Amino acid sequence: MEKMPKWADATLVPLISLLLAAFLSALVILAIGEDPVAAFKLMVEGALMRSSGWGYTLYYATNFIFTGLAVAVAFHARLFNIGGEGQAMIAGLGVALCCLYIPWPHWSFALLGSCFFAGLFGAAWALIPAYLQAKRGSHIVITTIMFNYIAFSVLGYMLVNVLRPARAMDPASARFPAATNLPTFEDMFSTAAAPLFRSAPVNVSFFVALAACVLVYLLIWRTRLGYEIRHFGFSETAANYAGTSSVRITIVAMLISGALAGLMAVNTTQGEAERLILNSTEGAGFIGIAVALMGRNHPVGVLLAALLFGFLYQGGAELALWTNIPRELITVIQALVILFTGALDNMVRAPLERIFLSMRKNKGAL
Amino acid sequence: MELLTIIQVLDSTMRLATPLLLACLAGLYSERAGIFDIGLEGKMLAAALLSAAVAFTSGNVWLGMLAGIGASMALSLIHGIASITFRGNQLISGVAINFLASGLTVLIAQDWFSQGGRTPSLAGSARFEPITLPGALTRVRDIAEASPLMQIYSELVSGHTIIVYLSLLLVPLTWWVLFRTRFGLRLRAVGENPAAVDTAGISVVGIRFAAVMICGILCGIAGAYLATALQAQFVKEMTAGRGFIALAALIFAKWRPWHALSACLLFGLLQAIAVRFQSIDVGTFTIPVQFMEALPYILTVVILAGFVGKAIPPRAGGEPYIKER
Repeated sequence: MEKMPKWADATLVPLISLLLAAFLSALVILAIGEDPVAAFKLMVEGALMRSSGWGYTLYYATNFIFTGLAVAVAFHARLFNIGGEGQAMIAGLGVALCCLYIPWPHWSFALLGSCFFAGLFGAAWALIPAYLQAKRGSHIVITTIMFNYIAFSVLGYMLVNVLRPARAMDPASARFPAATNLPTFEDMFSTAAAPLFRSAPVNVSFFVALAACVLVYLLIWRTRLGYEIRHFGFSETAANYAGTSSVRITIVAMLISGALAGLMAVNTTQGEAERLILNSTEGAGFIGIAVALMGRNHPVGVLLAALLFGFLYQGGAELALWTNIPRELITVIQALVILFTGALDNMVRAPLERIFLSMRKNKGAL
Repeated sequence: MELLTIIQVLDSTMRLATPLLLACLAGLYSERAGIFDIGLEGKMLAAALLSAAVAFTSGNVWLGMLAGIGASMALSLIHGIASITFRGNQLISGVAINFLASGLTVLIAQDWFSQGGRTPSLAGSARFEPITLPGALTRVRDIAEASPLMQIYSELVSGHTIIVYLSLLLVPLTWWVLFRTRFGLRLRAVGENPAAVDTAGISVVGIRFAAVMICGILCGIAGAYLATALQAQFVKEMTAGRGFIALAALIFAKWRPWHALSACLLFGLLQAIAVRFQSIDVGTFTIPVQFMEALPYILTVVILAGFVGKAIPPRAGGEPYIKER
C-alpha cells in the first residue's frame, strides 16, 4: 500500500521544506535587525517587477537549470555528483578555446560549437571520478570534491600562464571575437519603442537550457538508457541481474551529468563575460544540488526550482545593494533548502505520511 | 638550499599542519563510528568566526575558543539529528552544513562588526601567543648565527602556540582512546557492525552521537586555531578548503591516528612549500604553484583509486542504522 499519493510526494514535501527554510531565513533576517517582509518585497521588486530584473533572474536560472539537471541525472543512478562546479570550470576552458581559436562565421555556429566543447570538457572532467567509482570503488563524492579543487588549480594555471594576453594583469583570457557573442534577450525582444531586458545578461542559452530539460525528460523516462539508469539507481543488484553493466551505467550517467554541468559555461563564459574569468561559476555547481533535491530530480521540478533560485540570487543582490543584508543570506537559504529537502527529508515526510494514512483509514471506515 | 630555510619551511609546516591535524582527528572519530562527515570545513569556519568574535569582545582567547567549540558542536548536533535521528543522507547533510556556515558566518560578522564580513584584528590576550621553550632563542639574528641544533630547537621546536603542542598530544590520546578503551572499541564496532553492538545492549545512537560531538569539539579547536593563532582575525571563507584537505588526509591515513599525523604533516609541508616558493625550478622546467596547491587533492585521488594501497573505509560508514523491530 502506498503511504502517500504521488502528487503529495512531489509537491507537498518540497513546499513544506521551502516554507520551513523561508521561516528560518525570516528569523535570521529578524535576528540581524532587518524586516523580513520589507526584505521579501524588495526581492520581488528587484527580481520580478522589472524586465531587467527578470533578465538577471533568468540568467541565473539558466545556470541552475544546467547544474540542477546534472545533479538530477546522477541522482537517478544513485550517484552524488558534487563536482558540477569543477566540471563547469573546465567546460569554461573548452568554451574559451572554442571561441578564441576557431574562426566562427556566425554566433549560431559558435553556439553549437561551444555547446559541444562545453559538454565534452565537462564530461571529460567527470570521466575520471566515474571510472574510479565504477572500476576501483573510490567514493564518487570524495573524488568529485577533489576534482573541484584540481579544476580550480588547472583553470588558474591556464589563465595565468597560457590564456592571459600579454601585458594583462588579471587572470582572464582575451575577449572573444564579436562573431561569437550570443544575442541577449535585449537584442532579441527589445524594440525602439519598448526597451526590454535592458543590459541584463540573459541570452539565447536560456533556450538551450529549456531544450536540455526536454531532452533529459526524454532520456530518463522514454529511452532504454534512461530506464537502465533508473533501474540501476533503484537496485544495483537487480539491474545487474537484468543484464545492465554497473560500470557502463556509472560512467555513462556521470558523463551525461558532467556534460550538463559543463553546458552552464556557455551561459556564463560566452553569453555573459565574453571571456574566460577565474570565478565564472560562482558556486552555481553547488546550487545545482539544492535545485535537484528540491525539484525531486524531475526536469519540470528542476526548472521551477532553478527559477526560484534565480529569483533568490537576483533578489539577494538587490538586498545587498539596498539594505544591510549581505548576499550570503542566499547561501543560508540554499543551505536550509538542502538540509530540509535532502538530509531532513524523513522529518518532513513522516508526519505527512501519517496524515495521509489516517485520512485513508477514515475513508475506509465510511 | 640553506639549512635555516629548510628549518623555516618545516616550522611553517607545523603551523599549517595543525588545523589539518585537528580536523582530521575530528573526522576520524566521526567516520570510525560510521558517520561520514564532509561538513568539517563548515564547522571549522563557524568556530573560526565565533572564536575571533568572542575573543575580540571579551579580550580572552580561551573564552573565544570555548565559543568556537560551541558553534562547531551546534553544527555537529544538526548533523547528528539529520543523519542519526532522522536517518537522512549524511553526505547531503554535510553539504548543507558547509553552506550554512559559509553564509551565516558572513551574516553574523557583518551584523556584529560591520566590516564587510570580517572581525577586527585581534591582539594581546585575544590571541594565542607563541610559547618560547626554555633556552630557545627568539631574535631572528641570534637564530641565524646559532648552531644547527640550536636553530632546529629555537625555530622548529619552540615558538608555537599551545594548540600546536596540544594537537600533537591528541594523536597518541586518540590512538589510546580508540584502541585501548572500552568506549573506543564500541565506537569502532558501531562503524563496522552496528547490529552487533546493538545486540550487546549498547546504544548505537548514543555512541554515534558521542562520536559526532567529539568531532565537533575538535573542529571547534581547529577553527579557533585558524582565527586566533595562525591568523589574527576572522575573514570570510578563511578555512579555504582545509576541511576537505583534512578529509583527504583522513583517507590518505586510512582512518588511523598515527598515519593521520604523517598525512597532515605531508599536506602541511606541501602548503608551506606553496606559500614560500611561488614556483619551483627543477632543472629543465618549473613546477607551477598551482600544481603544489592541487597536489594534496591529486594524491588523495591516487590513494582512493587504490593504486598505492587500497583505502577501505569503516564498513557501516554512511549507512543509517535501522533497528530491527
